[in-house]
Amino acid sequence: MIARLCAQRAGLKVDPEKTYLLENRLGPVARREGFASVHEFVSALSDRSQDRLIWAAVEAMSAAETAFFRDPLTFERIVNETLPNLAQRRRAGPLRIWAAASGTGQEAYSLAMALEESAPGGASLEIFGSDLCERRLEKAQAGVYSQFEVQRGLSARRLVRHFVGSEEDFALSPRVRQAVRWRRVNLLDDLSRLGQFDLIVYRHQTGHLLEDARHRVLANLQGALAPGGCLVLGETDVAPGLAAVPGRPGFYRHSSPVRAFG
Amino acid sequence: MLKDPADLKLCLVVDDSRVVRKVARRILEDLGFEVAEAGDGAEALAWVRSAMPELILLDWNMPVMNGLEFLQKLRQEPGGDAPKVVFCSVESDLDRIRQALDQGADEYIMKPFDGDIVASKLMLAGAL
Repeated sequence: MIARLCAQRAGLKVDPEKTYLLENRLGPVARREGFASVHEFVSALSDRSQDRLIWAAVEAMSAAETAFFRDPLTFERIVNETLPNLAQRRRAGPLRIWAAASGTGQEAYSLAMALEESAPGGASLEIFGSDLCERRLEKAQAGVYSQFEVQRGLSARRLVRHFVGSEEDFALSPRVRQAVRWRRVNLLDDLSRLGQFDLIVYRHQTGHLLEDARHRVLANLQGALAPGGCLVLGETDVAPGLAAVPGRPGFYRHSSPVRAFG
Repeated sequence: MLKDPADLKLCLVVDDSRVVRKVARRILEDLGFEVAEAGDGAEALAWVRSAMPELILLDWNMPVMNGLEFLQKLRQEPGGDAPKVVFCSVESDLDRIRQALDQGADEYIMKPFDGDIVASKLMLAGAL
């Protein structure tokens, strides 16, 4: 049932054989919602009126793996090549950047930190972060990370520059935290209300989607790109039909509109 | 495939805890380093005077000579500016981390650590 709900609501591929994954991800939700076990929680989801609980389950099952500055070369290319090129072509208004499915925020904040370091007071930028999961968004908005989290991918120099510390948790400086605006977005939905973006970063996610959902999400993201814009996926993400930038694995150009499935 | 021992980079682990040295040794050997150990800064200084390592994993609070004092002396030694120095300490105060960087550390690990954190920090330090 969980696999079916995840597929229907968010296009997520869930292997029902991986029972440990169900326990790991749904266990905390079940406890939070007052159920004695995951089994009891899942049974409650058969009642269609339990929309809030169903979404809590689907959100918990969506991929959560993230880290600061994951694949550092990609960030260097975005900051040193892609954004300066986009800024040159841009005639008016800020450059709009979207870190889609940004989980607990590390991806979007990595962009915010790198951009602050490269162009302080320079090009005008709007950074927007989204995720499917409300609880991950709450953490992203708070911008507070554990000692373990700030040691994955984040250099000590960036840690002391962009964070204010405590004994165990580290909070992003208000400057970086306020540079990113957050919103819950299901990428299967109509995204036109979000406007158009010069750069969309959506990495290491396509492998978690069913094939139809992957086509639809990629078409939706292409549709949200401004003319001349760039979509950045993970190097191993599968994206047939998109216009790849030669020599830049994972980078795709805006191309003519693709009709979304469904 | 195992590396030729002649190709292994040397890492000196400086920590007064035998347990930490043992854990660090296992992680660093898995990452392809040859590992030597020292129990405090003075012992480490004697070590680098005989064989300068490529990498030093350095505790802060140790008897005889602490990590910061060792780092200052290391950088004054002939060839002492070459090793990448990664502090590895229970000190998690940002001012202390800033102080270590200002004194010439390349990276900083807060204990407790695991293999992923060490690998990530060594990459950032340019030691992997």
